[in-house]
Amino acid sequence: MGDILSIIAKRLGLGLITLLVISIIIFFAVELLPGDIAQAVLGQGATEDNLAALRAELGLDRAAPVRYFEWLGNAVTGDFGNSLVSKTSVAEAIGTRFANTLFLATYAAVIAVPVAIFLGVLVALFRNSVFDRVANVVTLTSISSPEFFLGYILILFLAVKGGMFPAIAKIDDGMTLIDKLDRTFLPALTMVLVVVAHMMRMTRASIINLLASPYVEMARLKGVPAWKVIVKHTLPNAWAPVINVVALNLAYLITGVVLVEVVFVYPGIGQLLVDAVTKRDFPVVQACCLIFAATFILLNLAADVGSILTNPRLRHPK
Amino acid sequence: MNYFIIGFYALVIGASSLAAYYQKRTAFLLLFSLTLVSFVMGIVGGEAMLWSVTILAGLIAFSAGVSYSFREFLVIILPADAAKEMRTAPLTAGFGLFVIFTYAISGIFAPIIAPYGEAEVISSAFAPADENMLLGADQLGRDMFSRIIYGARNTVGLALLATILAFVMGATAGLYAATKGGKLDQLLGRIVDVIMSIPSLIFSLLLLSIFGTNTATLIIVIAIIYAPRVFRLARSVGGNVVVMDYIEAAKLRGEGTWYLIRKEILPNSTAPLIAEFGLEFCFVFLLVAGLSFLGLGIQPPTADWGSMVRENATLISFGEITPLIPAGAIALLTVAVNFVVDWMLYRSSGLKE
Amino acid sequence: MTQDKSVLLNIKNLRIEGYSDENWIEIVHGIDLTLHRGEVMGLIGESGAGKSTIGLAAMGFTRDGCRISEGSSIEFDGMELTTTPAADLQSLRGARIAYVAQSAAASFNPAHKLIDQHTEAPLQYRIQKRLESQEDAMELYERLRLPNPREIGFRYPHQVSGGQLQRAMTAMAMACRPDLIIFDEPTTALDVTTQIEVLSAIRDIVDQFNTAALYITHDLAVVAQMADVIKVLLKGDEVEEADTRTMLEHPKDDYTKSLWAVRDFKKEQVPRPADTVPLISVKNVDASYGDTPVLYDVSFDIYSGMTVAVVGESGSGKSTTARCITGLLPPTKGEVLFQGTPLPPDYRDRTKDQLRQAQMIYQMADTALNPKVKISEIIGRPAQFYSGLHGPALKNRVDELLDLIELDPSQYYNRYPPELSGGQKQRIGIARSLAAEPTFIICDEVTSALDQLVAEGILRLLDKLQKELNLAYMFITHDLATVRSIADEVVVMQYGKVVEQGPKDVMFTPPHHEYTDLLLSSVPEMDPDWLTTLLEERGVDDMGEVEKNK
Repeated sequence: MGDILSIIAKRLGLGLITLLVISIIIFFAVELLPGDIAQAVLGQGATEDNLAALRAELGLDRAAPVRYFEWLGNAVTGDFGNSLVSKTSVAEAIGTRFANTLFLATYAAVIAVPVAIFLGVLVALFRNSVFDRVANVVTLTSISSPEFFLGYILILFLAVKGGMFPAIAKIDDGMTLIDKLDRTFLPALTMVLVVVAHMMRMTRASIINLLASPYVEMARLKGVPAWKVIVKHTLPNAWAPVINVVALNLAYLITGVVLVEVVFVYPGIGQLLVDAVTKRDFPVVQACCLIFAATFILLNLAADVGSILTNPRLRHPK
Repeated sequence: MNYFIIGFYALVIGASSLAAYYQKRTAFLLLFSLTLVSFVMGIVGGEAMLWSVTILAGLIAFSAGVSYSFREFLVIILPADAAKEMRTAPLTAGFGLFVIFTYAISGIFAPIIAPYGEAEVISSAFAPADENMLLGADQLGRDMFSRIIYGARNTVGLALLATILAFVMGATAGLYAATKGGKLDQLLGRIVDVIMSIPSLIFSLLLLSIFGTNTATLIIVIAIIYAPRVFRLARSVGGNVVVMDYIEAAKLRGEGTWYLIRKEILPNSTAPLIAEFGLEFCFVFLLVAGLSFLGLGIQPPTADWGSMVRENATLISFGEITPLIPAGAIALLTVAVNFVVDWMLYRSSGLKE
Repeated sequence: MTQDKSVLLNIKNLRIEGYSDENWIEIVHGIDLTLHRGEVMGLIGESGAGKSTIGLAAMGFTRDGCRISEGSSIEFDGMELTTTPAADLQSLRGARIAYVAQSAAASFNPAHKLIDQHTEAPLQYRIQKRLESQEDAMELYERLRLPNPREIGFRYPHQVSGGQLQRAMTAMAMACRPDLIIFDEPTTALDVTTQIEVLSAIRDIVDQFNTAALYITHDLAVVAQMADVIKVLLKGDEVEEADTRTMLEHPKDDYTKSLWAVRDFKKEQVPRPADTVPLISVKNVDASYGDTPVLYDVSFDIYSGMTVAVVGESGSGKSTTARCITGLLPPTKGEVLFQGTPLPPDYRDRTKDQLRQAQMIYQMADTALNPKVKISEIIGRPAQFYSGLHGPALKNRVDELLDLIELDPSQYYNRYPPELSGGQKQRIGIARSLAAEPTFIICDEVTSALDQLVAEGILRLLDKLQKELNLAYMFITHDLATVRSIADEVVVMQYGKVVEQGPKDVMFTPPHHEYTDLLLSSVPEMDPDWLTTLLEERGVDDMGEVEKNK
């Protein structure tokens, strides 16, 4: 077991370093601005006085590395500074919105993951049949469509024409869970459509890969019944690839959410990021990017650790 | 019950029975599932739903027909060995090639095909379709159809340029790293790992917020974000070739790195690299469309599919499908490219066995 | 013990088709086969003969993309397998017909312990309870002479060595005491010294339980030890069938005779020239991959016009030595001399002329030739690169080289490697090395991927070229038959060290070094009594003796 722990520890360390490097990239990318932040925010018509005032407010007189460590130190404690536009705390603005985004992503994941794995295994078992080919065309179409295309189609048919679900997913804290689920059904469904297609294809590929392995043929030649071949000989080895597929798609959910939030006017962090980018509100952009990147890395890390833990070669060292 | 419904069910059930009688297993399964689905649809959605099913089936049959004719057309005009490949290609690949071909034509000859200029205001805002305007007018009264034709040039062109740039950077670096190995290879690998652990949409938003959104920046930013993906693939494809004995033989002969890449490695990596080019193009294209949709991509008044969706989005709430047309155009091209790539990947994996 | 000798398996007119390029192509053309209870039949043939396909068909099984044609009949103990429903077929597999695959490492599920995979079939068929079945497994492990038979089953596949896994798989096949076992090249992936243990274990256990077996292999000497009857196959057709001794002594068909005749080629041994500097001299070379040392103090000389065979099992360091000579792996200690002057350790520091002098021919002609480059360019490039030939001069040189390797220039000049057969590719590899006009060629297992007849042709060609061009060869191989036919001097390696070296005649006459002895005696011979005699000599004549000899 010592072996496996050290591998995991190494992996965690690597994840942490990656995150650190990314924080450097995010911070110093802004330093690459022609001129400086103050100039970029105030634009051409800014007077020297205004510029000086803003520079003082932002502490731009100090060296960049100093400000980086200050920014990082604060970020770790959950303080991302103040917005350049609204002058309010970034952390506060992000807080509830991030919770909303997570809610939407979780909603979609809870539906998508079981459905996708089930369907993926199913088409793998019936590979090269008509249904497999139809599923191939349908999933390819689904992953090829931009999220806003699917989103607007759903709005058109289910909200405007069908009148079954609300087209705009406005939620607030006062609502009951059922209400929230109803309001956010369409955005969740949009993401489910894309993610299920991706996951189905990946699950199918990894299961078929396993079914072609010599030990599966051996099991069949030993007279093991078909269902048992799947349960006993394929599934225990399928964990690693399936975990990877799930993590990859959850990570995708987190980023894909940006477009979906805009389509459905959902008060999430993606919407905030897009607004901030348009208004060049850098502290908000930096904070959002860091949060997205951290989530992304965390999910990939979870996938790696998961596949390490389920690998029999590592679990039972020589 | 009216004649349409009776006719509809009679047709699907009759066709299923015929398929069953002639033991066409595949056709029967398809037709019979269609019958069952129509029953459910008919009960839930009534006649309107059945109409949609009919239209959908008609569309699929129509595109299958088009794909079939286009494939046969290609078989006839292509030289012998390429024609042999085409003959065994699935219909979806034929469909993909046809769509790509159509888009290329409308992109290249946009000024000739489009009846109006892309920024030309010719009518009132959101004017409905008439004999002058095939698809009506947009929010400023410009011809929707013309703008979609121009969009093929602008949106696809930009995505194509960005992909080519990403590809040239990524593939060169990847093959070079694979050939050279050692420290440089590891260093590049690490850099790529870091860049790839930032979600691409988020990274591009960050960079665009800093460098602004003119076309050149857009292309460069996207190329930088996607080059690592190409690098990783080229590195692994190249890595598989580099271990071959013929590379060792060439190295021992004293050949230089450039000769190795050009003469020995590249010819053996083209198939996966071309497939990857298709896939990357899809990703880049969707990203460009997404950015434009968010208002951060190609800037007005240039016609662009992503921003056209956004600008006309309000029409959706009136039940109009106009904003769906540019979105559909995006989806259609991506589907087409994916179909072709899928076929190419299937072929190259099939050859291995 | 009275033994039932009735017919167990009766295959009539077996035709199997494979799916490729959208067409069904027949790959097995009407094979008849009769196997009695307790009988072992060897199916031998070169690659593509359809041996494995026939073996699997005997279980009523075809791989994906294959199907048994109408009109074929496979009768197992009175049951017609081609018409048996899938469920009944399945209950036959593992219980009455078992299978032992070529690669045990890939055929055991990495997620389960050996013993759990062993007991799977007995539990499935409710023949034994779990504990009973485990007890039985341990007993079988002991009979198959696995170390720690009571514990080894509780390990995972990756924790057990290849030879042991192969025996564990044989034990697993025995779990339900089947009437028939299909052995599909069970020792092909193993080293010769390991092969012996597995062969004798398989033979004894099949004997004890009076199990019938189909033994599939491409190795004549191996099949001679194992089988009562031999059937020779060629491209999906039967060539001939006879009992083992008759087949070995009086083969009827020309094809069979040619297979048997292969080992006749022997070149005349050349002595070292007196008073000359060796062409290549490896001096006290140590080498390592990263931090793992792989070579320890390796020294030997190669004189021009001579063949030095470097022999050893996998992991002995013979290929690594070659990499040190070519400069791909600079040694950590010691040096390589060329005509008395030291070569720079890294190939990148060597001059064009130094690189030209030493050429290489590889084991796998498939990976040694770039599939996307024309033959003319593959052979032409070294001539162009080193001698600066171009235009008609280059074309003449290429034609000359193709003539030298006995391929018709007009036919092969513009073709690509994938269009050639294995033997032809290997010839192109030879031509490429000759194009550089070298004095020294390293041949890395050049014949081991080839079928016997083709390999013989290559050896003869190499010998002819050596005489014409006065080449020195370093011949890396694990196959002692090849060494016997082509070597002048022999270097034996084990675990990265030179164990023994000397002229061939001296090396092949006792007394040997202990390891040389083991290696030499482990190479199967065509004599059907060879294994029995050898085991007697080594003192492992019956099962009861095993423990004593440890």
